[in-house]
Amino acid sequence: MSSPVEFSFTDYQPYDFANRRHIGPSPAEMAEMLKLLGYDSLDALIDDTVPAGIRQKAPLVWGAPMTEREALDRLREIAKRNKHLVSLIGQGYYGTITPPVIQRNILENPAWYTAYTPYQPEISQGRLEALLNFQTLVTDLTGLDVANASLLDEATAAAEAMAMAERVSKSKAKAFFVDENCHPQTIAVLQTRAAPLGWEIVTGDPAALDPASVFGAVFQYPGTYGHLQDFSEIIARLHAAGAIAVIAADPLALALLKSPGEMGADIAIGSMQRFGVSVGYGGPHAAYMAVKDAYKRSMPGRLVGVSVDARGNRAYRLSLQTREQHIRREKATSNICTAQVLLAVMASMYAVFHGPEGIKAIAQRVHMKAVLMAKGLEALGYTVSPGEFFDTITVEVGHLQGLILRAAEAEEVNLRKIGNDRIGMSLDERSRPATLEAVWRAFGGNFKVADFETDYRLPEGLLRRSAYLTHPIFHMNRAESEMTRYIRRLSDRDLALDRAMIPLGSCTMKLNATAEMLPITWPEFSEIHPFVPPHQALGYREMLDDLSEKLCTVTGYDAFSMQPNSGAQGEYAGLLTIRNYHIANGEAHRDVCLIPTSAHGTNPASAQMAGMQVVVVKSTENGDVDMEDFRAKAKQYAENLSCCMITYPSTHGVFEETVREICEIVHAHGGQVYLDGANMNAMVGLARPGDIGSDVSHLNLHKTFCIPHGGGGPGMGPIGVKAHLAPYLPGHPETDGRGGTVSASPYGSASILPISWSYCLMMGGEGLTQATKVAILNANYIAARLKGAYDVLYAARNGRVAHECIVDTRPLSASAGVSVDDVAKRLIDCGFHAPTMSWPVAGTLMIEPTESETKAEIDRFCDAMLAIREEARAIEEGRMDRDNNPLKNAPHTVEDLVGEWDRPYSREQACFPPGAFRVDKYWSPVNRVDNVYGDRNLVCTCPPVEDYQQAAE
Amino acid sequence: MLKFTAEHEWLQIDGDVATVGITRHAAEQLGDLVFVELPDVGASFSKGDDAATVESVKAASEVYCPLDGEITEVNEAITADPSLVNSDPQGAGWFFKLRLANRADADALLDEAAYLESIA
Repeated sequence: MSSPVEFSFTDYQPYDFANRRHIGPSPAEMAEMLKLLGYDSLDALIDDTVPAGIRQKAPLVWGAPMTEREALDRLREIAKRNKHLVSLIGQGYYGTITPPVIQRNILENPAWYTAYTPYQPEISQGRLEALLNFQTLVTDLTGLDVANASLLDEATAAAEAMAMAERVSKSKAKAFFVDENCHPQTIAVLQTRAAPLGWEIVTGDPAALDPASVFGAVFQYPGTYGHLQDFSEIIARLHAAGAIAVIAADPLALALLKSPGEMGADIAIGSMQRFGVSVGYGGPHAAYMAVKDAYKRSMPGRLVGVSVDARGNRAYRLSLQTREQHIRREKATSNICTAQVLLAVMASMYAVFHGPEGIKAIAQRVHMKAVLMAKGLEALGYTVSPGEFFDTITVEVGHLQGLILRAAEAEEVNLRKIGNDRIGMSLDERSRPATLEAVWRAFGGNFKVADFETDYRLPEGLLRRSAYLTHPIFHMNRAESEMTRYIRRLSDRDLALDRAMIPLGSCTMKLNATAEMLPITWPEFSEIHPFVPPHQALGYREMLDDLSEKLCTVTGYDAFSMQPNSGAQGEYAGLLTIRNYHIANGEAHRDVCLIPTSAHGTNPASAQMAGMQVVVVKSTENGDVDMEDFRAKAKQYAENLSCCMITYPSTHGVFEETVREICEIVHAHGGQVYLDGANMNAMVGLARPGDIGSDVSHLNLHKTFCIPHGGGGPGMGPIGVKAHLAPYLPGHPETDGRGGTVSASPYGSASILPISWSYCLMMGGEGLTQATKVAILNANYIAARLKGAYDVLYAARNGRVAHECIVDTRPLSASAGVSVDDVAKRLIDCGFHAPTMSWPVAGTLMIEPTESETKAEIDRFCDAMLAIREEARAIEEGRMDRDNNPLKNAPHTVEDLVGEWDRPYSREQACFPPGAFRVDKYWSPVNRVDNVYGDRNLVCTCPPVEDYQQAAE
Repeated sequence: MLKFTAEHEWLQIDGDVATVGITRHAAEQLGDLVFVELPDVGASFSKGDDAATVESVKAASEVYCPLDGEITEVNEAITADPSLVNSDPQGAGWFFKLRLANRADADALLDEAAYLESIA
């Protein structure tokens, strides 16, 4: 007889999101980890790690944490307060249909959205191919030679084009011409960018342009009110004066119209949003830039190129990395990092999905709908301009403007208010006959679409004659089975968070929970035009306000701006805020920015863009700011000191005890403190930048607050400021009309903010604090496990690190000829993405596990690292060849196995080192990629098919 | 006469024309060069101006004009094949020829022994 079962209630909390879902180690695992570190509680470790002097006094609280279901219910409530109407507002944002196969298999697929920027090309071949498709799409449509992948939004792309024009132009002029038909937000961002650099923005009619007085000019095509113009003749005049011509072109229009390249433009920029990416209340979307071949080395942003691997097979990689800000630092002219990769991938897949026939058909139908719309309005007696257009028309309505706009809204259609007497509208892929009929009713007409004949109103001389999307990749069979498998094949080549930990230091590759991701594709968030009247976006308003309030609580700041749509953009916006504060105080001369040598490369680049003079402060041997040098430089430049930029905890992963003193020194000399929020994952709930003495910070919501990295974007870099700086935060022409606009849309990439907000709701203040503590525990656990095999650099005095640790692989170079690259590539064989390489210290690895990794996964990683050390030891001791060994030959591919095996180690050792899974082994799709070959033989569009055949032979 | 600068350039001076390149040490530090941009023939530079740009897979840097002068000739061979700078930095990998504005300025530059000592 069995003993009776006693019934008792368990204390297990199945819906505790923070401790059971988001935070990796279980309580039992944490106890084991703490034991290894010699602590009996997590709090004891934290007390030993985070200096008491900077700890925040009150705990972080904002009510009880929600379960996933409660948070989703709350988001549905908020979503209902956004009015999901049809928007024909245009102005750079258009209705589009995301093919469901792309929505589900890319946007909603963690294999795509949890990947990191493709710095490790061997494990990024899938998205690199998708981005090469993007570059091919852009070069084809624009008729230019080289395109990047990709930029933040159309307005910042225009600003990047202006900066590039200034750099490459032969003209000595210091003014830039802006077509008055550019979108207002583009003009605003150009003005912001030009002012600190001392460039004048001249806005006007292109016909009145004086080429000799400018270093470049930008024209909108089609214009914001619909005008179409051939800029060839003006461009020829600009060239004669040594100036650069930029065209901001709608890529869908280019399917029917003469390309910028055929007009002689040097640079084309624009937004790829209407290639299948929802408007999302302003973002995220990918912008593009394409240039003539002669200017490719001056182009900002990332460029995917074709190279070969160690077997001579084709392999993709990021090209020309040395132009990047992280190497050029204070000589950089742009701070752009990877931008909007996920959205660029979607746009490229939209083109693969539709092919040239589909893209052309969509463009023709959009145009046809615009013509029908114009005919109906003309039949009602309205004057419609321009006479020839693509998708956008403007109607003279006089004093009827308010009446018609309200009537249209009652018909659930938003139109664009222009001045006080005109109405604009842009037709798009989503517009239906019912949409046209609703608009006609709002204008007082009761027509049916069938009442009008369709025809064309495109200018004869501008009709496109050149072909595009001729590469076979855009001519796949149109069956969805093909598309599904193509997307799957590409994602299978890549290593993302859905497969393994990505321990990239300074990148905070934490969990992007599914519940956080769900709302971003709800139409009430994704299909709201950024310029709808405020009363249609009350849900967004409520979320923006509450998220701002929570971020203020986390950081100790008084106000937040959600406008910057990347971390680097946040730095730039923060520095501009400081600049404008000094100007308002009559201290415009304050332009010196102190930056320690250990800073992120984007810091000096952003300072450069904000018109500041960078003064570099030394770091001590242990990676801290050299206080003596800091004091001396602050004093030396006291007269002109604008600010300092510091990172906390430091980029070396250490909580410096001197941080308060740094803030005091800067303030004493009249400067402001910019604290880079890149390492906020070590601070949330424990310390607040605002309390330490900082005046402004950006937060990388794509690091600390769970927005996925998307394979290299989207990101969000909102800035928080103390009250005295709040009046100088970025404004926007569509909201407050104030200057200082840094992004095309008022709230940056608003549609991904539900991710960060729901993270805050489900974690609660206590959960967020616990996450920080566990992030610190995980990093210290790794440091402890690797101790002995590797030196851990830059620990604090007591040997503790913050949320990341730097492991020194340089000794292996001398002892075994093993480079940091060899270690990184061997980790691929073990099934891991390498940690951050050679930053902030050349030849080392920086490891950041985040709180989301379990002990088991961290142990798997440590086992791999320890095994690599043993392989190096075999070389040191002469048991393994110095050149022909598993480290030098990594990563190993299936091609290696099926070929002749003539290596002094076994296939087993090659392919199944500790860490690698037996059944679920990740196979690198290519051998080691040749960087030198790729940069010497630059190819940045899909190579012709013959090349594929050659590679196969 | 062979001279050097602390910025790792060498000058082979013949009359009032100097052939200029980067030293073996500089080429090794940069690693495999992938791109070289040379000045226009006829351009005039002052000492310390950026005269050329080199890019390797590791770094991008400027090559400074070692003395005041005018460019009389550039080595197109290295723009076509940047690896020449790595394989023969002080020979076939030369960058440009400079007509010196003031021949006597060259005397102040380092000689080979002093340069080698500076990088030791």
